[in-house]
Amino acid sequence: MNLESKIPEGPLAEKWTNHKFNVKLVNPANKRKYDVIVVGTGLAGASASASLAELGYNVKAFCFQDSPRRAHSIAAQGGINAAKNYQNDGDSVYRLFYDTIKGGDYRSREANVYRLAEVSVNIIDQCVAQGVPFAREYGGLLANRSFGGAQVSRTFYARGQTGQQLLLGAYSALSRQVANGKVELFPRTEMLDLVMVDGKARGIVTRNLVTGKIESHSAHAVVLASGGYGNVFYLSTNAMGSNVTAAWRAHKKGALMANPCYTQIHPTCIPVSGDHQSKLTLMSESLRNDGRVWVPKTKELAEKIRNKEIHPNDLSEDERDYYLETKYPAFGNLVPRDVASRNAKYVCDEGRGVNSSGKAVYLDFRDAINRDGEDTIAGKYGNLFDMYRQITGSNPYKEPMMIYPAVHYTMGGLWVDYNLKTNVDGLYATGESNFSDHGANRLGASALMQGLADGYFVLPYTIGNYLAGEKYEKIGTDHEAFKEAEKSVKENIDKLLSIKGTKSVDQYHKELGKVMWDYCGMSRTAEGLKKAKDLVRELRADFWKNVKVLGTNEEFNSSLEKASRVADFLEQGELMIDDALHREESCGGHFREEHQTPEGEAKRNDEDFAYVAAWEYTGPEQPEKLHKEQLIFENVKLTQRSYK
Amino acid sequence: MKFNLKIWRQKNNQDKGAFKTYELDGVSSDMSFLEMIDVLNEQLIDKDEDPVHFDHDCREGICGMCSMYINGEPHGPLRGVTTCQLHMRSFQDGETITIEPWRASAFPVVKDLAVDRSAFDRVIQAGGYVSVNTGGTPDANEIPIPKSVADEAFDSATCIGCGACVAACKNASAMLFVSAKISQLSMLPQGKVEGAERAQKMVAQMDEEGFGACTNTGACSAECPKGIDLSNIARMNREYLGAKIGSQD
Ligand SMILES: Cc1cc2nc3c(=O)[nH]c(=O)nc-3n(C[C@H](O)[C@H](O)[C@H](O)COP(=O)(O)OP(=O)(O)OC[C@H]3O[C@@H](n4cnc5c(N)ncnc54)[C@H](O)[C@@H]3O)c2cc1C
Ligand code: SF4
Ligand code: FES
Repeated sequence: MNLESKIPEGPLAEKWTNHKFNVKLVNPANKRKYDVIVVGTGLAGASASASLAELGYNVKAFCFQDSPRRAHSIAAQGGINAAKNYQNDGDSVYRLFYDTIKGGDYRSREANVYRLAEVSVNIIDQCVAQGVPFAREYGGLLANRSFGGAQVSRTFYARGQTGQQLLLGAYSALSRQVANGKVELFPRTEMLDLVMVDGKARGIVTRNLVTGKIESHSAHAVVLASGGYGNVFYLSTNAMGSNVTAAWRAHKKGALMANPCYTQIHPTCIPVSGDHQSKLTLMSESLRNDGRVWVPKTKELAEKIRNKEIHPNDLSEDERDYYLETKYPAFGNLVPRDVASRNAKYVCDEGRGVNSSGKAVYLDFRDAINRDGEDTIAGKYGNLFDMYRQITGSNPYKEPMMIYPAVHYTMGGLWVDYNLKTNVDGLYATGESNFSDHGANRLGASALMQGLADGYFVLPYTIGNYLAGEKYEKIGTDHEAFKEAEKSVKENIDKLLSIKGTKSVDQYHKELGKVMWDYCGMSRTAEGLKKAKDLVRELRADFWKNVKVLGTNEEFNSSLEKASRVADFLEQGELMIDDALHREESCGGHFREEHQTPEGEAKRNDEDFAYVAAWEYTGPEQPEKLHKEQLIFENVKLTQRSYK
Repeated sequence: MKFNLKIWRQKNNQDKGAFKTYELDGVSSDMSFLEMIDVLNEQLIDKDEDPVHFDHDCREGICGMCSMYINGEPHGPLRGVTTCQLHMRSFQDGETITIEPWRASAFPVVKDLAVDRSAFDRVIQAGGYVSVNTGGTPDANEIPIPKSVADEAFDSATCIGCGACVAACKNASAMLFVSAKISQLSMLPQGKVEGAERAQKMVAQMDEEGFGACTNTGACSAECPKGIDLSNIARMNREYLGAKIGSQD
């Protein structure tokens, strides 16, 4: 298989403009003859559905929640980047491009990233026009902040609810097209298979989550905007329903899965409090602007704290280890996410962690409050402090917050070319569900940007180019390809229901999550990964013998929903492990202990691994086949990241 | 901690439904309310009983999906939080907790505690947007918006569409939800243009969905997890009346 990235010719800054000029157009009168399926109504899916419908295509939009407005994008807090340079602090499209490439540890495509930076400016215009109430300065102009260690202020935000406001904007545009009759909505409907006719994606099979009805939908193209798969770890900051199913089923129909091992672990989450925990809550990264990260200097002190014999406030200055400030004097508490996360793990592994579990470090606002006063700190972080207090019952104004890293975002996903098309004709992947723009590590506030860039400004052009070459004829859902796909979906469901074992789906999910976290999480070793692979295979075999799924298909059945998702996670998990094992280097979110510099920093191997690893499904229980897309850097020089 | 849980069980929309009581032991005060139900569900599954169905997703108070009526109050006893953010430390050990779905004819029960809130989506489809196509928009800083206005619009925009306002209202009125969206958009210059028409269309759809009338008791705002203010309703009435007058000629 030849992986063609389809990057347009010409200088970097002109590629997208040229490409837009060169794409084939569909005559306005003919657009209504094409149907497009969009799976997902998050930022990526809602924006794509709205824009495609505005152009005149007939769109069917699907989500598993009860309303499109509830997609996981709603939970994003911090903000969205755009190279507007409103602050006149030296930002530019090129700088955003450069920061994203560098932040991604040189594992993403230059042309894609440049386009992302280029259209970022239009996103903000679009959102403001929709009535998104971004934060503003007293003069009435838009406010910005610097985010995630960026040297410029390019992040637009709406208090701590940026994702919510952007999604509601996209949802409103989508709703308008529903009213116009151009979008048909399918909430509480889950895609369970991709349907291929003559080698092209021509539809999907879905299950109505309330009635259990299995249905087919036919179209001329299918867009997956189904989000990330961080829930393979069970505990993550993702919403409970986030899953890999849509992408994974497409993978099994031939779409390549790229860089699945690249996972972003966010350093500032509320630590796990017990076995019952169902998800982890992210605390905005902005807290690191004023909070100081520390652990007790010695194991003995940490133990006393864990046993509640002493209180952290009682520790003197020289009993505290502000390890980030000591180790990285230039960046201090603001080192990138992966560095901050890994170092928290190290100090906890040394036995210096706090909280009863020993898996937490302090984020202390004492000095900031002494310096700026409680009111100022409350003004900046009040809602976060309240949330922390609500969840933990502890008061961060009076005692240090406790934080621990948690799985947050998956940079891997379906392989797509410059047009956001997978290797399967007619199948597109956007937003977090594709692998494209963030390389091995995503910068803060760039996922929202990517989702909306893909949906509002990229896909409407590139999908038009594809459809212009397609015939108008629709394929009926009585076509045998649909019947076959429906049959296999039903068989899979029947199988899950017939096992009638003894262990609940959640138990399997928790066990899988633990294996993934222990061996394929913040730091990885060949030995650990090999062990994990065996464990996941065993767990999967056991799942198909012993899982307990009650009830029937013909009803609202939450265990069945979860079982079908966990079955896919059990396969996806193994591929993540294979990918992590094969990548003999450390880069971004992928840290292999065997590959570090003498100072303990990630050591890339550009010679051998400057490529996208795209995996091909070859059959049940068969090893997947690796394809490589070599990354070519013509505009940036590869350097080792250093935050010392 | 130990609890007596009186939970509404209803197999589907056709089923009549009834309360069923469960005893649950070993609950930690750090658990969220939904995690407590997770524990109950694991025990039910173990006994081959159908787990309690409920809507939830983000579990951090922002998606608006969770919707439980707990001890006679939407989202339970605590102000300003959703069910997923409510923790068991807010309850007394040994307490009996009554859990029901939202009750409103515009929100039919789907199963157990899950209801159908698609009426809200249809109200938004009726006009809860600015009519702007993708692309071709002016530069974002072209129209300055005073910070106070932007902040106030944000306060209205923060509604999560959970429906607690409807559940709290004895008339099952959706005024708070609808007025929050109308207010947000009519305060901003981008949305003002269509303000009057929007108000008319959204109110008409709200009526068509079978939500009740507003009798100004304020229960909605008191129970709203996002603190959406009653002033939104006044603002909506102004928009709506303005529209009525405007439409007479
Ligand atoms: C707590 C948190 C905070 C974050 N903060 C930020 C931030 O400040 N800035 C930033 O840039 N990024 C942030 N991110 C990341 C960002 O929110 C996500 O990457 C982004 O929103 C993903 O958008 P999406 O449209 O690709 O997918 P999602 O929003 O996850 O949407 C997925 C959609 O697909 C649907 N779906 C999935 N599977 C199926 C199926 N099988 N059938 C039918 N429908 C399906 C779902 O119903 C949903 O509608 C944050 C993430 C988290 C977890
Ligand atoms: S107004 Fe408040 S209670 Fe009503 S839907 Fe919005 S957030 Fe929920
Ligand atoms: S589950 Fe999202 S608000 Fe409660």
